[in-house]
Amino acid sequence: MEINSTKNIIKVAIGVCVVCAVLVSTASVVLKPVQKKNKKLEKLKNILYVADLLDKDKNIEKIFKEKIQPAIIELKTGKELSKKNYTKILNPDCFDIKKLPYNPKLSVKIARKKDIAGIKRKSKYMIVYFVKQEGKIKKIILPVYGLGLWSTMYGLLALDDDLKTVSAFTFYEHGETPGLGGEVDNPRWRKLWKGKIVFDKNWELKIEIIKGKVDVTKNDAKYKIDGLSGATITTRGINDLVRFWLGESGYGTFLKKLREGGVAG
Amino acid sequence: MLVKLKKTLLDPIFNNNPITLQVLGICSALAVTSKLETAIVMSIAVIFVVSFSNLSVSLIRNYIPTSIRIIIEMTIIASFVIVADQIIRAFLFEISKQLSVYVGLIITNCIILGRAEAFALKNPPLQSFIDGIGNGLGYTLILIVLAFFRELFGAGKLLGFTILPINTEGGWFVPNGLLLLPPSAFFLIGFIIWIIRTIKKDQVEED
Repeated sequence: MEINSTKNIIKVAIGVCVVCAVLVSTASVVLKPVQKKNKKLEKLKNILYVADLLDKDKNIEKIFKEKIQPAIIELKTGKELSKKNYTKILNPDCFDIKKLPYNPKLSVKIARKKDIAGIKRKSKYMIVYFVKQEGKIKKIILPVYGLGLWSTMYGLLALDDDLKTVSAFTFYEHGETPGLGGEVDNPRWRKLWKGKIVFDKNWELKIEIIKGKVDVTKNDAKYKIDGLSGATITTRGINDLVRFWLGESGYGTFLKKLREGGVAG
Repeated sequence: MLVKLKKTLLDPIFNNNPITLQVLGICSALAVTSKLETAIVMSIAVIFVVSFSNLSVSLIRNYIPTSIRIIIEMTIIASFVIVADQIIRAFLFEISKQLSVYVGLIITNCIILGRAEAFALKNPPLQSFIDGIGNGLGYTLILIVLAFFRELFGAGKLLGFTILPINTEGGWFVPNGLLLLPPSAFFLIGFIIWIIRTIKKDQVEED
C-alpha cells in the first residue's frame, strides 16, 4: 500500500494515538496512588515543620497522629464542626483549601472592600490544627493564603497557646520571583516572625509588615516585621493576607471564641 | 557493526555534542543546572525520552507518511515525556518540585525531535536507540559540568553536601550569587564551547 495515501495517513495517525494514549493513561493510573501519598506526606510535613515537630528519624504520619489534632471550623460562627457532621468533602483527610472556595454550596463571595487578600471567594469552613502536648493545646496552626505579585501564596501560621504570639510562619507554595519575593522562603526572614505579637492587649489586630527595618528600640517593634527589599508587592500581599485571615473575615471569630474558652479543644 | 554502534554511542558525547556543537537543548540546560541533583535527574529523564522515542520512531519509520511525520514524532515524544514526568513525581517527589515544568518541557527540547528527524527516521531501531542514549549522554555531560560549577561556586555545595563553607553560615567562602541564576549557564556554556573548539579545531564554523 502507498505510504502517503490518505487511508494510510489516517491509519497510522489513529494507531499511534491509541498506543500513546494507552501508554500515558497506564502510567498515570498506576502511579496515581504513589503520587497522592507523596502529596499528603508533603502536607503533613509542612504542618509538622511549622509546629517545630519535624524529626528525621521518626515517621511523619506517626508524629502527626500523636501530636496534631485537626479540626474543621465554620468561619462565620467560629464553631468547630463536630465529627458526626463530617462529609465527604468536609473532613480533615480530604479538606482541600484550594478547591473549596470554588464549591458553590460551601463558599461565599467576599465583598470587594473586605477582600484585602485578593482571593475573591472563601470557603465557609477552614481547617485548623491544634498542636497538643500532654492533652493540652500548645499551639494552633492556621492555614492562610492570598495574592502576592505573581501567584497565590499558601502558608501556615502557627500561634502559641496565648493566641497572639507567632510561633512560626512559612509559605509552602508560592510562585514569587526567586531572589526577591521568593525570599519569603529565606530562613532568616521566616525567623523574624517568631515571637511577634499579632494582637495587642485589647485584642486589636496589630501585626504589620513595614518597609525597611524595624526599629527595635521602639515599643511597638513586637508588632512589626521587616519588609523584603525589592519585593514591595509580595510583602504587601503577605501583610494583607495575614491581616485578612486573622481579622473578622477570617479566623477572627474562631480565635475570639477560643480565647473565651468556647471551643471544645 | 559493533564499531559502528560504538561510534554512534560515543560520537554525540564529544565530537558531535548536542549542546556544544549542535547548540540544541540550551533552554533546559540553563534552567535545571543550579544544582547537581536536579541536573542528574533531568539528564536521566532526557536519556530515557530520547532513546525510547528514537526507538519507537525507528520501529515504525517505514510506515510513517511524510506529511504527518512531525506530528507522529511529537506524539510519541510527548507520551514518553509524560511517562517520565509521572515516574519522577511518584518516586522523586522532592526533586520533581524543583524541576517543576522543566520535565514537561523536555517535549520542546530540540535534541529529541532533532534526533528523531535526523537519525531515527533513516536508521534501524538498534542504532537509533543507541544514538538516543549517546545524545542523551552528551546532554548529560554538559549538564553535569554546568551544575558542578554552579552548585560548587554558587552555593558551596555538591549534591547538597557542603564542600566550601559559605560566609553567611559561618564559613570563609563568599559564593557567587550570579552562578545560581540562569544567565550564568550561558557564560559557562560559552566557555565550554570555546574550550572544546580550541582543542578540536574542526568544530569551528566557517564564516
